[in-house]
Amino acid sequence: MTDYFIGHAAYYFIITLLLIGLWGMLFKKNYLKKLIGMNILQSSIILFYVVSASKYNATVPVLDPKLGEINPSQYINPLPHTLMLTAIVVSVATTGVALALLIVIYKRFNTLDENEILEKMK
Amino acid sequence: MVQKSNSIIVALVSRFMVPFIQLFAMYVIAHGHYSPGGGFQGGALLGASILLLRLTVGEQPSNLVFHTRYGTQMSGFGVFIYAAVGVAAMIGGGLYLDYANLPIAGIEPAKLRSLGILFVEIGVGIGVMATMIAIFDDLARGHFHD
Amino acid sequence: MKLISYILLLAFGILLIFATSELPSRGHPENPINRDTSIAGTPGAAAHYIRNAEKETATPNMVTAILADYRGYDTLGETTVIFCAGIVVFLILRKQKDGSKI
Repeated sequence: MTDYFIGHAAYYFIITLLLIGLWGMLFKKNYLKKLIGMNILQSSIILFYVVSASKYNATVPVLDPKLGEINPSQYINPLPHTLMLTAIVVSVATTGVALALLIVIYKRFNTLDENEILEKMK
Repeated sequence: MVQKSNSIIVALVSRFMVPFIQLFAMYVIAHGHYSPGGGFQGGALLGASILLLRLTVGEQPSNLVFHTRYGTQMSGFGVFIYAAVGVAAMIGGGLYLDYANLPIAGIEPAKLRSLGILFVEIGVGIGVMATMIAIFDDLARGHFHD
Repeated sequence: MKLISYILLLAFGILLIFATSELPSRGHPENPINRDTSIAGTPGAAAHYIRNAEKETATPNMVTAILADYRGYDTLGETTVIFCAGIVVFLILRKQKDGSKI
């Protein structure tokens, strides 16, 4: 049972982070805070992939000649790291586009509050 | 229109720091084969150095380092380098992005792949740097236009 | 209304905790993602990359080798995506010629 919780503690931390992000996106009325919530959610997904790549008693995925014969159990899984490297850059791009849209919304409505904008759109 | 910092200490220290940040970024791009690093990380560092200048010494002096109007063009240029390496491999007789067929004589295929990775990383680095600066410039300017 | 949303959020969290109970523990070398051969009998991707990346690309850093060589198309699309993001931000925030608001 203890082994189970030690092995799964990282997942619970990620679920907490995901729920915090989702809570920000659902309950906050300010669009900028919603965007911050989305970024927290993206970070939780990235952490989930990185956790899946971890291996005990293994080193970073850069080949070390001192370790001798290549054994896959000596290096952590490089594939999730590669995928998340690209995901981080995409998250930067989406954040930039979202901020541009927020600037346009603020210019037109003079507010970023969801309720006020819905009121003004009628 | 970026508001520059009023403190002379901040401006001087950041002006002192920027060349070292850029040198480290070049190292991260070029040494990505042998240590953690690569085009994305080095490009982000290069872009961050220019953004530091934009924030501390103001827009006019930092335009001398990297002009605002080049942001979008350079990001297109980075993507072009990447795609051109792929087309060069096709000219050498291979598939698209198959670096072992790059038309450079006298290098064995594994080393040729290493070289192709370096070219691609340089393209990615230029693209990421220019896109970061372009997005920042557009966002900083957008609020004050009418 | 707000109560229902909180209950839904909590239910989602409980569902996620239930889902992770089937996931393997963190960090064991024999997890499915780290296996030498997949369930279908084909060679596992990660083990193949670790064994052959240096041999095939002369690049000790496996992440770079996968990013730029094995998954070159992926990274090309990636670079195009950030380029498109830059263009879109420019198009959203540009100054309209006829002075009309966006």
